[in-house]
Amino acid sequence: MRTKKEPFLKRNWVQSLLASLFCVVLGLLIGYIVLLFINPAGAWDAITTVMKNFFTYPNPTVANKYFGSTLVKTAPLLMCALSIQFAYKVGLFNIGAAGQYVAGAGACLYMALALNLPWWLCLLGSMAAGALLGAISGLLKSYCNVNEVISGIMLNWIGLYTVNMVLTNVKESTSPYTYQVASFNASALLPSLGLGKLFSNNQYVTIAVPLAVIMAVVIKIVLDKSMFGYELKATGYNKSAAKYCGMKEKRNIILTLVISGALAGMGASLLYLTGYEQWQCTQSSVPAMGFNGIAATFLGGLDPIGTVVASYFIQHITSGGAYVDKTMYSSQISDLICALIIYLCGFVLFLKYFLNSRLAKREEKAAVRAAALAAETQPEAPTEVQPEAPAEVQPEAPAETPPDTPADEDSHGKGGEA
Amino acid sequence: MLLLIQYTLIFASVLVLVALGGCFSEHSGVINLGLEGIMVIGALGGAMAMKYISPDVPAIVMILAVICCSVLLGMLYASLLAVACINCKADQTIVGTALNILATAAATVIVKAVNTAENPDNVSSTVQYVSAKRAFLVNIGGFEFNWFMLVAVLALIAAAVTLYRTRFGLRLMACGEHPQAADSVGINVYKMRWAGVLISGMLGGLGGIVYITAGVSEWKFENGVAGFGFLALAVMIFGQWKPGRIALAALLFGLFRALSNVYAGFSFLTALNIPSSIYNMMPYIISLVVLAFTSKKSRAPKAEGIPYDKGQR
Repeated sequence: MRTKKEPFLKRNWVQSLLASLFCVVLGLLIGYIVLLFINPAGAWDAITTVMKNFFTYPNPTVANKYFGSTLVKTAPLLMCALSIQFAYKVGLFNIGAAGQYVAGAGACLYMALALNLPWWLCLLGSMAAGALLGAISGLLKSYCNVNEVISGIMLNWIGLYTVNMVLTNVKESTSPYTYQVASFNASALLPSLGLGKLFSNNQYVTIAVPLAVIMAVVIKIVLDKSMFGYELKATGYNKSAAKYCGMKEKRNIILTLVISGALAGMGASLLYLTGYEQWQCTQSSVPAMGFNGIAATFLGGLDPIGTVVASYFIQHITSGGAYVDKTMYSSQISDLICALIIYLCGFVLFLKYFLNSRLAKREEKAAVRAAALAAETQPEAPTEVQPEAPAEVQPEAPAETPPDTPADEDSHGKGGEA
Repeated sequence: MLLLIQYTLIFASVLVLVALGGCFSEHSGVINLGLEGIMVIGALGGAMAMKYISPDVPAIVMILAVICCSVLLGMLYASLLAVACINCKADQTIVGTALNILATAAATVIVKAVNTAENPDNVSSTVQYVSAKRAFLVNIGGFEFNWFMLVAVLALIAAAVTLYRTRFGLRLMACGEHPQAADSVGINVYKMRWAGVLISGMLGGLGGIVYITAGVSEWKFENGVAGFGFLALAVMIFGQWKPGRIALAALLFGLFRALSNVYAGFSFLTALNIPSSIYNMMPYIISLVVLAFTSKKSRAPKAEGIPYDKGQR
């Protein structure tokens, strides 16, 4: 811990929050500009619709119900975000979360519809399926030096085609969609425990939502407070040093991707076992959930609790996109905003650096001014900065980001094995 | 059989172009995971050009215009990567991924906006270019020669010569191996990396338009380019960052990609009764297997992925 109390703006979480807000505002602004280009007439309406989401319904009961639906889709997004975050803290960029999510969806739907298993077995099955894909990435990474991003992308597509093939066995004969879980095997539905009643009887609100939040807390505790988490993070910072200290660095990499995969796979069952959505067996692109998870995790400042908020926000605008006036715009405008936010998140470190150097400069000026004041005998000393700064005056705080910023170390230590 | 060769060649052209793009970027020291996004944007530029240029213009004008549009848009899009990764020292993996997602979203929004502006009932993200596409094809006895195949060969020769025979290429590679040393002899590392990324944008954009004209006459932009940019990266790694080997690797991968298009034409393959999903998966599975065997002794540029900081020696 730092011994001295730091100024408000220098605290790490304040900076993360400011950076995230900056990304959101700029992302929305650019989204608005794009809308203006497409059709200036309805642009303002459209961007407020995206931000309002369920508030567009004037009736509070209906709005409450759709708030519930947004939460239903937040749960899987949060799980994907946690999956990416867990791996990122260990220095791995698990873009395969999208495919692990797909594998989880395939496993839970197949177990629910073809094998008629109860929900908790389906949930475990989806975690196992996600973990399996994660393990493949992990093995390739630790034993064959294959970049986890590239193997992740390949596995995304392999997973998608496999799941399409497997779920074709349990699809409705007249449509490309799988059977309804609710009518086919009600025991596979996640229990609601009366949570749906809180949201105007929205039957899709189940224990999935609190479960996802609990997982966020668990991840936070594991990463920050446990020896296991410490070992994993140490492996992420410096693989060779971790090995030198007697940690099994290969095992740690595989284990990280297995856990990460299990989280993403579980996310899928938190959505598909509510019956909210059916799988489309002719799907030709990997679901966006895993990729939006990237946005949520970076927007959440790489902190599980921040990610809960960020996931909700991302899902809020994604759902909001469905309400824009389709005669002028497309609902993908919210995907565009999400993508912009991820892009802008790349600049977060730069922003923090910029903010810190500005703060340091300001402190330096203040110190110079104080010294000048002290040196002057007259009380009405000019406030101008003296051209020759006294050499002994030192700014009190270092100009760099505090070394305990995890993201800082990651970005410098990553890469080099593509 | 002729069809298989034709498809193999055209898909190999795509892979060669895009993998060479990745090769330039990585030799300068920037990992370009955004190639997929650059392909989408390049494809969008080319598709728009084909949509709006009247199909009656001479073929050569059409070809040049389409190539110019793709290349320019690809370079413009790649500069987003360059600004973030070279000047702002952002994480290259995050920015590359963001660009991939952004490209698909942006292309979908733009195409849908264009489509709905023309006809309010048309909310699809598909662009059609049936008549315009004819400009690229020359029929030689049943074999459809595509001018892009020639472009790919030219690009391959140009890339090999540039990288190994010119001052620029050698300097570029120095920046990817040891930027500090390059800087100490007066090479501007930032400029060189910008050049590398822009060239990759150029080739990536070109690859994008070749990909969407290969075999089909309309493209649904919601699908992006289905991981082809990453296949190209796998080709590049398999090709050990060397243009000649990249070409061979591209032919191999192109063959497997082509099989998924034309397997129905072979009686012994249809007799095996393998679902089409398996053929669709093939290129990805092959690339994983190939990567598993070749990545161990990888000859990647040493400094790739690490932002260059002048103050760090």
